[in-house]
Amino acid sequence: MSDKPVISVRGATAALGARPVLRGVDLTVRPGEVVALLGANGSGKSTAVRSIIGQVPLTGGTIELFGTDRKRFRDWARVGYVPQRTTAAGGVPATIREVVSSGRLSRRKFGWLTKADRAAVERAIDLVGLADRAADSVSALSGGQHQRVLIARALASEPELLIMDEPMAGVDLASQEILAATLREQVAGGTSVLLVLHELGPLEPLIDRAVVLRDGCVVHDGPPPEALGQHALPGHDHVHPHAADEPLRTGLLT
Amino acid sequence: MEFLEPAFMQRALLAALLVGITAPAVGVYLVQRRQALMGDGIGHVAMTGVGLGFLLNSSPVWMATLVAVAGSVAMELIRAYGKTRGDLTLALLFYGGMAGGVLLINLSPTGSNANLTSYLFGSLSTVSPEDVTAISILAAFVVLVTIGLRRQLFAVSQDEEFARVTGLPVRALNLLIAVTAAVTVTVAMRVVGLLLVSALMVVPVAAAQQLSKSFRATFVGAVVIGVVVALSGTVTTYYVEAPPGATIVLYAIGIFVVLTLLATPLAKRRARAAEAATRACDAKVPATRRPTDDVKV
Repeated sequence: MSDKPVISVRGATAALGARPVLRGVDLTVRPGEVVALLGANGSGKSTAVRSIIGQVPLTGGTIELFGTDRKRFRDWARVGYVPQRTTAAGGVPATIREVVSSGRLSRRKFGWLTKADRAAVERAIDLVGLADRAADSVSALSGGQHQRVLIARALASEPELLIMDEPMAGVDLASQEILAATLREQVAGGTSVLLVLHELGPLEPLIDRAVVLRDGCVVHDGPPPEALGQHALPGHDHVHPHAADEPLRTGLLT
Repeated sequence: MEFLEPAFMQRALLAALLVGITAPAVGVYLVQRRQALMGDGIGHVAMTGVGLGFLLNSSPVWMATLVAVAGSVAMELIRAYGKTRGDLTLALLFYGGMAGGVLLINLSPTGSNANLTSYLFGSLSTVSPEDVTAISILAAFVVLVTIGLRRQLFAVSQDEEFARVTGLPVRALNLLIAVTAAVTVTVAMRVVGLLLVSALMVVPVAAAQQLSKSFRATFVGAVVIGVVVALSGTVTTYYVEAPPGATIVLYAIGIFVVLTLLATPLAKRRARAAEAATRACDAKVPATRRPTDDVKV
């Protein structure tokens, strides 16, 4: 594999209704890199990630995935996506195995599950430590376990790039540690990761680079800001009401 | 087994069997998408098709299919692209469809409110051989879609955004679910009637999921319940002067109540087992560690 970036965003602008949410965002994720996208609520982190996977249309700028313009990108099996969700459940009961199996659809859109598909699903469930509960209904799980199911679903396609939107939101500490271990294993295997985070928490040692958004603009792109260490501790309050004339902040340093 | 003798009963039972299979098979995806009332809306819209069928002197079943499919596509497009007033647009579509049906059927020389009633509440004794042919073709389509594409439809109904990122043609699959639901409504129309169609899509699913843990078990359970209530309801109307739609739906609700009562002690036992497992784990955690619940994340 070349050094071509797995994600390359140039001058991206996007709007929700009349409100500009991204105002010229540049973002690069190189192969094997773990990049955290940080920022306060409403800073545009989720919109940035959702535009990368094609869920929010850009009003300007370009996005490339694995060197291909996103509009022409079809190789979705290389991307594992973990949406921002508090639950993995739908209106009908479904087992962990059934939900995780959906992740294989990017490899095989039509046709039955093969032996290889089933093996990959079991591996993914095992990776997040839910092997003994694979046949249980997802509605019987805790918030952290839901998140682990969603991550297993993304891992089922054996992706080269993981994109996660707030994977630690509402996750208890024990599950956070399991998720961090899972992620560490993936990164060691060469997977690139872009993740939206509210705070670094147990993932801090894994992060190569932090990109901080504020009001739709990149205000920091480099090593995770020093002060994050203390401020990312569980229990720290991260409410950031921004006034227009405030000095430049990362959105995390208060 | 004397109810098998008359030809109209054979047709009625075949139609009931097909409805018992197809309605819950589509309904399970609608319930999963939390669109349990979609079938009801399509039923209202299909009334205009029935009216049109009478007015143009063509088959009400095929006309209802056409109009219901068009209506369901419109509903899906409103759902997908609609902004804040989507619910009002849907209401307009529902009541417009109903009013259109009543008006058209009264305008037609052959139609009357009595004809309309047979479509609203089902009328097994008037199921014609042509109806059976139409119902069989449509049912085959519904079974093919709901079973053949179950992985794809499951993914789209479970988490639409994730399904899009797997590269699935989500828009086309959403439309397919809507069209399949519309087709099912017209399949079921002659047996349970347009006003009770939705019940046969939703109640067997609701009943099955009282006991099931998986999607697969819910699907199979709902279809089995659907077939049992559709056939037993039809046989009942042979002996008792009762409308088939109402009988079938009340049987389904009866099964729902029984399964719910059975499920309560089962859920309690499962909860106790889970609690016991947690307690066993707690014993192994070192005393110095804080319980995870106390951590503010």
